[in-house]
Amino acid sequence: MLEIRDLHATVADKPILKGLNLTVNPGEVHAIMGPNGSGKSTLANVLAGRDNYEITGGEALFEGKSLADMEPEERAQAGLFLAFQYPVEIPGVSNMEFLKAALESVRGAQGKEEWDSVTLLRQARAACKQVNLDASFLKRGVNEGFSGGEKKRNEIMQMLLMEPKLALLDETDSGLDIDALQVVAKGVNSLRSPERGIVLVTHYQRLLDYIVPDFVHVLSNGQIIKSGGKELALELEQKGYGWLTGEEESA
Amino acid sequence: MSQAELDKLIRSNYEAGFTTTVDTETLPPGLSEDVIRFLSDKKGEPDWMLQWRLDSYRKWQEMPSPTWAHLHHPPIDFNEVSYYSKPKSLDDAPKSLDEVDPELLATYEKLGIPLHEQEMLAGVAVDVVFDSSSVFTTFKEKLAEAGVIFCSISEAIKNHPELVKKYLGSVVPQGDNFYAALNSAVFSDGSFVYIPKGVRCPMELSTYFRINEANTGQFERTLIIADEGSYVSYLEGCTAPQRDENQLHAAVVELVALPGAEIKYSTVQNWYPGDEEGKGGIYNFVTKRGVAHDNSKISWTQVETGSAITWKYPSVILRGDNSIGEFYSVALTRHMQQADTGTKMIHLGKNTKSTIISKGISAARSQNSYRGLVRISPRAENARNFTQCDSLLLGDQCGAHTFPYIESKNPTATIEHEATTSKVSDDQMFLCRQRGIDPEKAVSMIVNGFCKEVFKELPMEFAVEAGKLLEVSLEGAVG
Ligand SMILES: Nc1ncnc2c1ncn2[C@@H]1O[C@H](COP(=O)(O)OP(=O)(O)O)[C@@H](O)[C@H]1O
Ligand SMILES: [Mg+2]
Repeated sequence: MLEIRDLHATVADKPILKGLNLTVNPGEVHAIMGPNGSGKSTLANVLAGRDNYEITGGEALFEGKSLADMEPEERAQAGLFLAFQYPVEIPGVSNMEFLKAALESVRGAQGKEEWDSVTLLRQARAACKQVNLDASFLKRGVNEGFSGGEKKRNEIMQMLLMEPKLALLDETDSGLDIDALQVVAKGVNSLRSPERGIVLVTHYQRLLDYIVPDFVHVLSNGQIIKSGGKELALELEQKGYGWLTGEEESA
Repeated sequence: MSQAELDKLIRSNYEAGFTTTVDTETLPPGLSEDVIRFLSDKKGEPDWMLQWRLDSYRKWQEMPSPTWAHLHHPPIDFNEVSYYSKPKSLDDAPKSLDEVDPELLATYEKLGIPLHEQEMLAGVAVDVVFDSSSVFTTFKEKLAEAGVIFCSISEAIKNHPELVKKYLGSVVPQGDNFYAALNSAVFSDGSFVYIPKGVRCPMELSTYFRINEANTGQFERTLIIADEGSYVSYLEGCTAPQRDENQLHAAVVELVALPGAEIKYSTVQNWYPGDEEGKGGIYNFVTKRGVAHDNSKISWTQVETGSAITWKYPSVILRGDNSIGEFYSVALTRHMQQADTGTKMIHLGKNTKSTIISKGISAARSQNSYRGLVRISPRAENARNFTQCDSLLLGDQCGAHTFPYIESKNPTATIEHEATTSKVSDDQMFLCRQRGIDPEKAVSMIVNGFCKEVFKELPMEFAVEAGKLLEVSLEGAVG
């Protein structure tokens, strides 16, 4: 469902991705690991279509269509979801209002039946419960005054409701204590299905204890330099990235 | 999101921009004592009223027009302005809606004010001002039952002269400022409200204004008196058709809250702001002021999206002990609009309290200024003020300015001031778009969120309307 071939991309005109290849099939969970600054977030942002993140070579196809030709909202409507590394606050716009607009657009585009406000509220409450967020968070401004962990759980809550085809999670584990990590992992695992692809971007292997990936890739200097199974993550945990990148780096 | 894209979002044609052709009787442009005599005579006013107008005119002639506001506009030629116009069909005053000029009704339909429905939708009495004259008043009987007087100021001059004589100009004196003096000389019509002692007005009182004559100055005069222990909520909504000449508007609103009374005055203002080059909008110079006596409360809430130029400072004179003044404002400027708005809270009584929440949104090449004065007089023991001014910028060619003036002459006063300036950030836009929300909707959602604190002060229907208004004002030709 996601086909990335020899992808080159710049951030604010600075080359970051330098010939990246990755294929994600439905039902698969991929973990992308790598040192800080290696381009993990860049990859996620390029795929989601953030301003200033430009594809300069190669291609990224989502269900056969070139992502480069789609606006960010069209990518979302097509079923691509990005859980942000740093979720931003939108003061005064309630989570509920935000979800309503998002779901109306995405469900509409996908030809799913429209949820009336009663259904929406019920679904949203259930999703909150799944990630251990009090339902009162639905009334609060999007991420407004949320703690770091609450923001991350809020992202997962949205993801559960949006039911994406391809979920990209950018460092969703960072800043979470062990309980929150398990809650988030449970949420993500509940979305695992034969039709859905999941890409976990993470710096640490501990998330992978709870969400066991089918594939692990190491990203360094804008390229995937090694791929393997879940055991690769453990190896990285022990040895760090240095043995792969040829640099000294402690995880 | 790039500047070009933002600009595209902000550009949108003015939805209420259409003109109705109603046969009107309009006085040729120009102002003199004779014009005032004609106008007063035409309205069948008593001599005391005429004398009051002439007195105001003489004061006005002595006054220079104000230049201190953060505004730029070509000098207004007051001899180019016509001072009287009213729909002809009013001469044989309509007894019911069926008798109202159908074209007039159609205009209101276009504006989404279906009178037929409103008449049935109990709860709101509508005193419609079309140009300068009141056309229709509904629910009069129901209000009369409660002893509430809600009529045009012209009617009040005839039927309640003792109230008008006592209170007209008592809050905004004739010579208060240039535009107030002009208004006092030539005011055409407007609303008059009197709520008797201890009465809670059974419905929200609502007036819709609409400017419809090319080159006709509009000079509404509104006077609201809430007698001891009474309560009233008053709604004012405005919108004007698109046209090319600048239109002058200089209204005066006076509020009197007698001991223990509460007046809530809400405005949603949607006049044509002018095109992208700043051509054709309305010049809005308004004097709005209330006097709050002991234990009373006056609350101004306004949502401003229109006018080429807005100059407006709804104010409260906290004369009585324990009186409360509030000002909640949202001002959106786009294109070449200039808004200079704010409030004045004058604390005279002991334990007086004022709250100011101002939200300014500037887009395109517009300039949005907040100018607020908080004055604590020497005898205002324990006065308190809280002021919060937030500005939101859409793009980098617009401006937001805050001018807080604080004059405290009493050391027991507590004054707090907070100000923020923010932008609709790329991160916020990207979060919305990543969730499938199109940029247009995203901007309107973010802006509405920014205004939430003010919107929640508006009566329910008005809050919905205000939200829609912002959405329409920000709508662009995206996609
Ligand atoms: N907005 C930006 N402008 C310029 N450089 C950026 C920007 N965002 C990221 N970078 C640079 O791109 C590189 C990759 O960053 P990123 O993708 O965030 O790495 P990771 O997520 O793997 O830690 C880094 O060198 C970083 O400094
Ligand atoms: Mg990152």
